[in-house]
Order: sequence, then structure tokens, then C-alpha cells
Amino acid sequence: MNWGVIAPLVIFLLIIFAVGFWSHKFVLKSNSFLEEYFLGERQMGGFILAMTMVATYGSASSFIGGPGVAYTQGLGWVLLAMAQLATGYFTLMVLGKKFAIVARQYKAITLIDFLKERYQSKTVVLLSAASIIIFLFSSMTAQWIGGARLVESLTGLPYITALLIFAFSVLIFVIIGGFRAVALTDAVMGVVMFAGTLVLLIATIKAGGGIPKIISDLTAENPNLISPFGAERTLTPSYVSSFWILVGIGVVGLPQITVRAMSYKNSKAMHSAIIIGTIVVGFIMLGMHLIGVFARPVLPGVKIGDTVMPLLSMKVLPPYAAGIVLAAPMAAIMSTVNALLILVSSALVKDVYLNYMKPNASQSHVKKISFSVTAIIGIIVIIFSLSPPDLIIWLNLFSFGGLESVFIWPVIFGLYLAKGNKYGAIASMVLGMCSYIIFDRFYPNAFGMHTVVMPILISMIGFIVVSYASGTKIAK
Amino acid sequence: MKKPVNPRDKRFKIAHREALIGAVLVIINFIWWYGFAYGLGSEKVENYTYIFGLPAWFFYSCIAGFIVMVILVALTVKFLFKDVPFEEEEGERK
Repeated sequence: MNWGVIAPLVIFLLIIFAVGFWSHKFVLKSNSFLEEYFLGERQMGGFILAMTMVATYGSASSFIGGPGVAYTQGLGWVLLAMAQLATGYFTLMVLGKKFAIVARQYKAITLIDFLKERYQSKTVVLLSAASIIIFLFSSMTAQWIGGARLVESLTGLPYITALLIFAFSVLIFVIIGGFRAVALTDAVMGVVMFAGTLVLLIATIKAGGGIPKIISDLTAENPNLISPFGAERTLTPSYVSSFWILVGIGVVGLPQITVRAMSYKNSKAMHSAIIIGTIVVGFIMLGMHLIGVFARPVLPGVKIGDTVMPLLSMKVLPPYAAGIVLAAPMAAIMSTVNALLILVSSALVKDVYLNYMKPNASQSHVKKISFSVTAIIGIIVIIFSLSPPDLIIWLNLFSFGGLESVFIWPVIFGLYLAKGNKYGAIASMVLGMCSYIIFDRFYPNAFGMHTVVMPILISMIGFIVVSYASGTKIAK
Repeated sequence: MKKPVNPRDKRFKIAHREALIGAVLVIINFIWWYGFAYGLGSEKVENYTYIFGLPAWFFYSCIAGFIVMVILVALTVKFLFKDVPFEEEEGERK
């Protein structure tokens, strides 16, 4: 075992625990348990809000998978990754003040609360809760496995031990601290992610002998690596541009992101979060993917993309610094998992159990249920991660695009289209989900674009047509 | 009790305008990104020019584009976005 690398990771975990316990005090004191546990009493300031958005959004793929692909594809993949710059400002600007105001008027604590009040439909609530539980549950399992693999590769511990260490670290602070702990630890993790990117980028450029040297090495190996078209010239402009839908503007439809857009204190917090978020998300995405490309001359011949980032850190940095840098992907995974965990828990407790099964539950009963549901979900995820069923792997493949296709229009039109009604919302959700699965199975990358594009168009048309058609019928 | 949302709430006018600004920014961002990347990058690699050691298309599209967007976003938020109260009782009610 390499203690130089592990020590910074352990310190990082201890800080995270401290934040969790500190947040637990707020959970105990709060007069409104649900609002505190699932939304941190809407007290997020600008910096925390920006960081929790970036950290929730930045996951294993930004730190492990993405740089690995950039390593094989070259600068074209960095170009593609830069489509994510838009998430920094677009989500908060578009959901923006309207969502914050309306959510408060509805007293909404979850995204589903908002949809429930807006559309007054049980079908909408159950469809949303089902999509959130199924898709986020599977993507949580996938992130969990990624986290455990990372701990395994860093410490040399067996997979099961690594999984348990990773899982219990996350579970403890989420269960006791709720949303506030999630958001605060996200802020710590966002800083770690930012610093890790900066340190590794500088070290890699130095190890490669400066940017001009690296670029000429890349050109000598394969000139396409420095073109926008990818190593085999397979990245077409329309394919790369379609990622603006998947990882740029479509992010507005991800429930783990939208719930954050109702958690902030005031419009000042939102304003500064937009600026900070844009800088941080842009820097991390640009930096990490550029590191992947620059790693190629420094560390030639890596076969498995996912190992580029850990191998590179160990090679170009002294052990303790490698430990700090490798805390970044760990932070990215944890901060995604914790957000998903609290969201799935809120969907079960608040949206299903309290809405339809036991509306008059007492405060202490709600508390008990919330803590235990969060814990049980966590334990089920651990069991699944030990030997992941194929179904989970399959569902995870389209959880991102699938959720976007389901939620983007009910949320956006719910806010900005007065004529939108529950029939439109139901049509849009069902069409979005089904067409996503069908396109994914039978006609992926339709018209040279990512699979997500067509379902989002179809669900938009479905929403508008059905809303207007049913609207006029009712008027008669 | 939950009160119905008043569609004529003055704050919504501001909110709608700001959402629109967000959409306009994304379009500017996309055009800048696409224009430089494929405008300059479609050349043969031998004919590329370089800035700070990076191919010019990449420098303008991804690095300069990032900086320009940060500046644009900061200016819009500072000069075009308005502070509004979020709580019910402070809002305009019929």
C-alpha cells in the first residue's frame, strides 16, 4: 500500500464526516424537518449553490471516463466536452427566478412537488417518481461501482472491502446530515476537483516538455489528434454539436440539478452562482479533458482509457500530491452519489409515501421514515454493486438522456407555457421515455446525432399538440 | 394554505426576460464554438497555425471561447439581471 497517496484521501474523508455531523445539528433543530432534510431550508448561498451544481453534475465520467476518451480521440473530444460550459449558466438562468418563486408559492420541496401542484395529476406524480427511482437508482449503482474500483486501484484493497469503505463513507454523512450535508460536502469536493485539475494540468504540461512540444509529438504520432474530427476522423460536426443537447441544455431536465435550482436563499445567491458555476465547470471540463490529450506523449500505450488518469497522477506527481489529485475523482463520484441518494429517498418518502400512503404522519414518524429509507436504499445499492445485475447496467446506459427526455418539457413548459396541462405533460413524459428506449435499441445516433436529440424533439411536439388539443376540447 | 400562482406577478416579467437572455447566451456560445472549431479546424493539419503552441481553431473555440463566455455571463448578470424577493408576502398580489 502506498501511504503517501492514501493519507490525503483519509484526511479528505475525515473533513467530509465533520461536515456531515455539523449538518446533523441543523436537522435536529429544524422546525420543518422535510424542508431541512431534503432541501436545506432553501438557505444555499451563491458559492455553495455553484459548487453543489458543478459537483453533482461532474461525475466519474468527467474525471475518469472523459479524459480516457480524450486520450484516444485527441483535441476533438475536448471540443465536445466544452459543450458542457453552457450548463454553468443556462440551467440557472432558464429555470431561474420563475422556478424559485413558483416553487416557494407551491411550497415544493422536490421536483415532483412542483409538477404535482402545476399539473394537479396523480399520473404525473407516479410517472415522475417511477422514472426517478428506476433511472437514478441504476446510475447510482454505476457510480458506486466506479468509486469502489477507484478505491481498489489506489489502495490495493479487494473490491468488496473497497466498496464497503466507499459506501459507508457516503451513507453516514448523507443519512444523518440530509441535503445540507450533501450541499456543503459538495462545496468541499468542488474545491478539491478544481484544485486537482489545476495541479495535474500543470504537472502534465511540465512532464510533456511544454505545450508546443506536446502538440508536435501528437502531430508526429497522428495529425488527426490535433484536428476537431478525432483520431479516426469519426467525430462529425453534427454528432459533436448534438452533445449541446445531451450535456448542455438538456441538463435542465435532470431532477438532481433542478432540485438545486429551488434550494437557494435569494436572487443575489443565484447571480453569483451563475458566474462562479460557469468559471468552475468550464475550467474543470477544459482542464480534465486537455489533461487526457496531453497524457498521450507523457504516458504512451495505455490500453484501458479509464486508467489514464490514475496512472498519470502517479507518474507525474509526488505521492502526496497524487493523493490530493486522486481525491478529485473520488469527490466527483461521491458528490454525484450523495445527490442521487437524497433525491431517490425524497421521491420515495415525500412524493410517494407521504402523498398517497400516509398523508398525516407525525413529525417524528417522518423523521424515522426519512432516515431509514435513505439507509435502506443505500444498503440495497451496496448489494447490487457487489454483483451488478445486467438490468442495472442496461438502465444506467440511458439514465442521463432518458431522464432529460422525460422531464425537460414538463418542467420548462410548466414554467413558461400557460396553456400546458396535465395531458400534455403525461404525453410528453411517456413519449420521451418510450421513444428514447426505441431509438436507443433500434436506431441509435439517428441522422448522425446523439440518440437523445430525437426523443427530446418528439416529447416537445407531444406536449404542445396534446396540451392545445385537450385545452380546446375542455373549453368547448 | 397554498395560494394559486398569480400569472400577472410583476416579478415574472423579469424572470421571463432573464430566461430569454440565457437562451440567447447559449446561441452566441454555440456559434462562437462551432464557427472557430470547424471554420479554422477543417483546414489540412499541415496548414494549421498555432497560438501558445495550441492549434488556432482550438485556442479560439475552446480557450478564448471559455474566457469570452465568462466575461459575457458576468456582464449580463451584473447589468441586466435584477434582484427580486422570492418570498410570498413581499410579492405583488391582487
